[in-house]
Amino acid sequence: MAPSSRLKLALVQHQPVLGDLQANLAWSCQQIAQEVARGTDLVMFPELSLTGYFLKDLTPDTALSLDSREISQLIAATGRAASLVGLVLESDQFSFYNAAMLISDGAVRHVHRKVYLPTYGMFDEQRHLAAGDRFEVVELAMGGEVSWRIGILVCEDLWHPSSPYLLSRAGVDLLLCPSSSPGRGVGSGEGELGSAASYGAMLRTYSELFTSFAVYCNRVGFEDGFHFWGGSRVMGPDGRILAGPLGDGAEVLHAELDRGDLRRARIAFPLLRDERIDVVQRQLGIEADD
Amino acid sequence: MTDLSINTELVAGILTDFIRDEVLKVGSREVVLGISGGVDSALAARLAVSALGKEAVTGLAMPYRESTPSSLDDAQLVADELGITLLVVEISPQIDAYFARFPEADPRRRGNKMARERMSILYDISATRSALVLGTSNKSELLLGYSTLWGDGAHALNPLGDLYKTQLFQLARYLGLPQRIVDKAPSADLFAGQSDEVDLGFSYQQADLILFQLIDERRSPAEVRDLDLDPELVTVIWERVRSSQFKRRPPLIAKLSSRSVGQDFRYPRDWGH
Repeated sequence: MAPSSRLKLALVQHQPVLGDLQANLAWSCQQIAQEVARGTDLVMFPELSLTGYFLKDLTPDTALSLDSREISQLIAATGRAASLVGLVLESDQFSFYNAAMLISDGAVRHVHRKVYLPTYGMFDEQRHLAAGDRFEVVELAMGGEVSWRIGILVCEDLWHPSSPYLLSRAGVDLLLCPSSSPGRGVGSGEGELGSAASYGAMLRTYSELFTSFAVYCNRVGFEDGFHFWGGSRVMGPDGRILAGPLGDGAEVLHAELDRGDLRRARIAFPLLRDERIDVVQRQLGIEADD
Repeated sequence: MTDLSINTELVAGILTDFIRDEVLKVGSREVVLGISGGVDSALAARLAVSALGKEAVTGLAMPYRESTPSSLDDAQLVADELGITLLVVEISPQIDAYFARFPEADPRRRGNKMARERMSILYDISATRSALVLGTSNKSELLLGYSTLWGDGAHALNPLGDLYKTQLFQLARYLGLPQRIVDKAPSADLFAGQSDEVDLGFSYQQADLILFQLIDERRSPAEVRDLDLDPELVTVIWERVRSSQFKRRPPLIAKLSSRSVGQDFRYPRDWGH
């Protein structure tokens, strides 16, 4: 029998307790174990799922280092499956990162440190956090023997098209996008929240243009009056919605990805094959020389 | 080990300048404040007199019939020492009229109502003089949440809010406030014989050492418990700080638009002044 090319996903759209690391950890481990027991291959949580988002001075209080007991608990709960959790990661230099951590088969396989820290309008991330400096693709066998090429974009990373572009050049086929997006924009002509419309457009565009799966897991609930609008969804590599979007309540979205969709999309739209990286390099090289 | 001593001369200078600057630049010349007969309000009044002159400071004593009688004498002593006007506005009639409808009200409810009544009077009198209401909450009370929301916690300016109670005593002594005022036991005086330290279950001396380590020194509760301080009290105090955070923040507004009051509409309070 050919190795399975399907991946069973669970997107846990929830409301963490702001600043209560232990409560969120216990709850997350429970959710992971439950999902693993029902055969889920990858359990995904939103941005900063272990801490809550508007942490302010709670940032260092809720941080974990990679060798912490708490991370061992997540590894144990995940077992042979995979999980993606959001946390404040503390470096040995005592810098604090908004990180998404991919755990699988007994180890942390990849950590993405959010590159773009929004510090405008309602956001103040650069006051509290250090920024990551790279987008990397990690290859991981999930749901069978077949490897998936995973790239992570945390919330604001999505607002810079160079982020998915770089992951695409590194061969990504599955974009995982954990988010803590607060809702704003309720003009009557919009039909949906302005922020939800923006994410919808970005996710559709990226999944279609980079012919990759894009999985968006946003949180819900309120923090200090900010409303997180949920809307978690799974986009196929043709830009169509495969599952979701959820509403703004706590809910788990289940979906199954078929690698065959990637092949079919890339045959129909060979955009990656035709990408003129030489043009990009030449022009950016000239810009850099200027 | 923990040193809460302050440079009293420097602090007195900064707080005096603060009151003068903030009052004058918004176009006012005066302040009004409640004078309870305690050290906090006496100190705030003393600083205001240094900043604006005694004619520009109006004290209000607002006793309830169950307040400690000597409190009014002490308020008068403070006013006489500083040479400021003291208006006495009894709050018994309106408080008693209100609670005639709710005879079952417990002391906490009655005390909070009185604190808000006093706030309401301060704002009313301030309007007659185009004055600002001067607050007298200290850092210990603010952090412990030992105040009435929209009562003593409501005012335009607060010169004492970044001084722990023990630091405030240093400043009071330096500025020569009457010994009788400095020496008496701290009391919210919501009823006769009330004591802050009995209410709280610990002394300001104990609390301030712990608060200083938690807040100013940014030590975690676990780290403070390792110091030579009462570990159980550290837990109690940290929980008080956490659970009273709402008192130190403006009310929550549900964000809807792209720019919301209190969230991302962030002009400074001193806008244009």
